[in-house]
Amino acid sequence: MATTPTTSTGTRVDVRKTYKLFIGGAFPRSESGRTYEVTAADGRFLANAALGSRKDARDAVVAARAAQKGWAGATAYNRGQVLYRVAELLEGRRAQFVEEVSAGEGISRGDADDVVSAAVDRWVWYAGWADKVAQVAGSANPVAGPYFNLSVPEPTGVVAVLAPQRSSLLGLVSVLAPVLVTGNTAVLVSSERRPLPAITLSEVLATSDVPKGVVNVLTGRTAEIAPHLAGHLDVNAIDLAGAALADGVTWGALEAEAAGSIKRVRRPALDDAEPDWTAVPDGPRRILAFTETKTVWHPKGV
Amino acid sequence: MSTTATAPSHGRAPDGPAADAQAPDGHAPEVGARQGHAPERSASEIADLARRVVGTSSLDEASLRRYLHGLPGVDQVGAEGRAGMLATRSIKTTSKAWALDLIIRMIDLTTLEGADTPGKVRGLCAKAVQPEPGDPTCPRVAAVCVYNDLVPVAVDALGDSGVHVAAVATAFPSGRASRHVRLTDTREAVQAGAHEIDMVIDRGAFLSGRYERVFEDVVAVREVCRENGATAHLKVILETGELATYDNVRRASWLAMLAGADFIKTSTGKISPAATLPVTNLMLEAVRDFRRETGVQVGVKPAGGIRTSKDAIKHLVAVKETAGEDWLDPDWYRFGASSLLNDVLQQRQKLRTGWYSGPDYVTVD
Repeated sequence: MATTPTTSTGTRVDVRKTYKLFIGGAFPRSESGRTYEVTAADGRFLANAALGSRKDARDAVVAARAAQKGWAGATAYNRGQVLYRVAELLEGRRAQFVEEVSAGEGISRGDADDVVSAAVDRWVWYAGWADKVAQVAGSANPVAGPYFNLSVPEPTGVVAVLAPQRSSLLGLVSVLAPVLVTGNTAVLVSSERRPLPAITLSEVLATSDVPKGVVNVLTGRTAEIAPHLAGHLDVNAIDLAGAALADGVTWGALEAEAAGSIKRVRRPALDDAEPDWTAVPDGPRRILAFTETKTVWHPKGV
Repeated sequence: MSTTATAPSHGRAPDGPAADAQAPDGHAPEVGARQGHAPERSASEIADLARRVVGTSSLDEASLRRYLHGLPGVDQVGAEGRAGMLATRSIKTTSKAWALDLIIRMIDLTTLEGADTPGKVRGLCAKAVQPEPGDPTCPRVAAVCVYNDLVPVAVDALGDSGVHVAAVATAFPSGRASRHVRLTDTREAVQAGAHEIDMVIDRGAFLSGRYERVFEDVVAVREVCRENGATAHLKVILETGELATYDNVRRASWLAMLAGADFIKTSTGKISPAATLPVTNLMLEAVRDFRRETGVQVGVKPAGGIRTSKDAIKHLVAVKETAGEDWLDPDWYRFGASSLLNDVLQQRQKLRTGWYSGPDYVTVD
């Protein structure tokens, strides 16, 4: 920083940020009007974030539902391209992500730089699956009749994603990207204490080619928002990754709520820790957790 | 505006919802119970009343213009500010439950598409009678609103359910046809059994200042509605989106009421903007003032653009605050809507179960 604008007294006034939510491609304030302070691992103030409410979650689901048909209707190749473009933009914001990950997770800049690299690579890895997952998970089934019998994975619909509490960027990307590649739309609840990478990701998504409403980001208390998403009848699946280590959240209770509307539920890997997000996934498991298998019978020519 | 004494021949409208014959379970009254409790007025009574209000011995172009242009102008900033203020009220829990059921009872479930088929109308009628299968506490809607040629299908499908059939007539939506054609259009709908006729005014005539023509159109259509013992109610569509100014909305409202409209309706739904809150509120002021002056109560129907329960509840707040509780009744206030019903049903489910509902849990229409 060579020249910094200064006040007459010589000290520059901090521009303190108050972030908003990301719903339907726009950045609204929380319906509740509330915000909370986000602090660094060492306790210093970082920014104000919106304290999302159940009504924000409701609005986000409406936006996600509206976007789902169009996103699923895009060709797999196109979705892959759009997601790859997001990775390019993530790379362009590297400095900001390094800063936020370093401050939020209390790690050195060097380590944070590695985390950002891994996150971008993870996003590219999942983007590549968009036009491949059907070959791997689909099948041509031998049946006793004059039919072609084909099974293909289809998106399940609107997926609520509780982002990991600790790994605020790599964990976030590792749970969000696999939901999107097949054509699901997502309502993401960010890490409660470390929401800044999720907020910056929403700024990335807003300027990318991802259609509005495909990803909606809520910041706030996981314990306040998650039950409403788990019980919401118009949410088709929920990833409980962030239920582990969240204050006041029991993932079993969320799973029980989700059962009321027969949602797909992905449980957290561990109760009292987070998995090692740096490990490259051993296949498209997270992608397939949020798909439905469609089987088509097509008569063979006589 | 002078407040003239109520003429004895025009009975005053009932003073409150208590005087209303609504069945306690919230269902629409059984068929035969004529909606609207204003005593039936003859054409000559209406003309007498109009002459008295306008203050003339003959209702001609000049006297109507003098009267309508003498109405106080509308303060646009004030009207929009007032509507904005009414829209901030928060209606929750039991009040909300009551409002949602009232909204359903006020809906004219509408389909006005070129692609309407008898099958679609039958489907809509089934939904009108039983909006929420499996929940007997859910009330029926007020009416099904269709094009003229589908009235027989709707009449047949609704049977004696008590849900009315409303038909749009008079060369809907433009109104650009000769009076003969428009009256024939209306006559066919009435003869096919429509309980309510939604007519459009000739906006071209209104905007060029030919008020007498608009007045006589309404009078003529009303006569057709009451021909041969028929008792079809007449709703007059002002198409406020084409009237350009709030002053014109006020004038058109008074003109329609003077000509004998049973309801004044904002829009056809084919023009945007349709039923905005300031316009509806203005029309509510008009019916309130009209009853104050003449003793005759006229209903209001906003149509088009009201898609969510939240919007509809804002309208109910305006009804209560501007016109008064007497209008909080399906006989005096209606919503012309199609997608509104599904949103209200989802809100009802939310109140009942505590969980947000979704479009997968209501019928497609």
